Amino acid sequence: MEDLLSLAVKAIFVENLALAFFLGMCTFLALSKKIETAIGLGIAVAVVQAITVPVNNLILNYLLKENALLQGVDLTFLGLISYIGVIAAMVQILEMVLDKYLPSLYNALGVFLPLITVNCAILGGSLFMVERDYSFAESAVYGISSGLGWALAIVALAGVREKLKYSDVPKGLQGLGITFITVGLMSMGFMAFSGIQL
Amino acid sequence: MNPETKKTLVEPLVDQNPITLQILGICSALAVTTSVKTALLMSVALTVVTAFSSASISSVRHHIPNSIRIIVQMTIIASLVIVVDQLLKAFAYDTSKQLSVFVGLIITNCIVMGRAEAYAMKNGVKDSFIDGLGNGMGYSLILIIVAVFRELLGAGSLLGYKLFPLTTDGGWYQSNGMMLLPPSAFFIIGLLIWAVRTWKPEQNEEPDFKIHESHVHGSAEVH
Repeated sequence: MEDLLSLAVKAIFVENLALAFFLGMCTFLALSKKIETAIGLGIAVAVVQAITVPVNNLILNYLLKENALLQGVDLTFLGLISYIGVIAAMVQILEMVLDKYLPSLYNALGVFLPLITVNCAILGGSLFMVERDYSFAESAVYGISSGLGWALAIVALAGVREKLKYSDVPKGLQGLGITFITVGLMSMGFMAFSGIQL
Repeated sequence: MNPETKKTLVEPLVDQNPITLQILGICSALAVTTSVKTALLMSVALTVVTAFSSASISSVRHHIPNSIRIIVQMTIIASLVIVVDQLLKAFAYDTSKQLSVFVGLIITNCIVMGRAEAYAMKNGVKDSFIDGLGNGMGYSLILIIVAVFRELLGAGSLLGYKLFPLTTDGGWYQSNGMMLLPPSAFFIIGLLIWAVRTWKPEQNEEPDFKIHESHVHGSAEVH
């Protein structure tokens, strides 16, 4: 239990997917201009991440690992293509479920939902799960908390950027340049969490 | 080489750079740049995948139904990445360990998808190949510049060769450890974008918010 808690804290703060591993940067930078969109996207990523990491863990353990499906067959080289397939399918299913049962959330997320398929944070989460050999419980905890960490980072960045638009930034640095430097400072801030253990 | 082809190849290097202008493919640009060697390997891997995926997507573009094009593109890209990943594991095992998950993440690299959507779906096989090559090289250029700064200042070496003797080995260079940590990658790319945009002012972004003339007037004394 303590292990899992420690893993959760580590995934949210110390090894934040966005600020320490630079995952999901394209959407992270492009869609963090307003807090509302950042919150919507953050929730969507967290939900998809919480579902796909454990599902991919099951796929790895029961289908792809050596001797899992057939004696003497090692299918791990098919990993990448099956994970991305699972992610695309999950996003599609989530979209249909939300459309049917929670239309308000579906409308709020809008175009971000399909975009999540190509968000590197999602595939990255699954690949880290494979690389670190997490068990099913660990991967469930890792999926939930790494998604939350990403959501936290994008909402925080959107907050900073909303204030930033009133400041007098040098011409060439406006927009993308200053955003990079802001993210760098945030990433330095998050490094202060390193070493925390429960 | 005819001028049109040359333009497709050279334009993404500075004028239409995927990283500094189009904000594509940043994830891996930051993570693999702690040393020049990993950056080089990653650049080659990405350039190969982009060029070949653009070419193959373009060759089947008339047969892909519009509604499932993303899945078809994804499958082609993922298969190419698997090939590259297996080749790296076979011939450059140590470096592929250092690249860890980032080779796999080429699948979701927006440059590859972006070029497939924006260029390969509309143009011929040869042009798409050249466009993929050009964009891969634009990405490689930024990656290598960032990696040179980070490795030289952070470890005093380039490609593993010691250039600045470190104080810990009796030399004169006190290494800057922060260069090897994540934040420095953001700073270097941010400053690089600033430099490129000072050189090419037409890349500047319109500010979201303009200070009204009369307000500027009031603050003129402060400056």
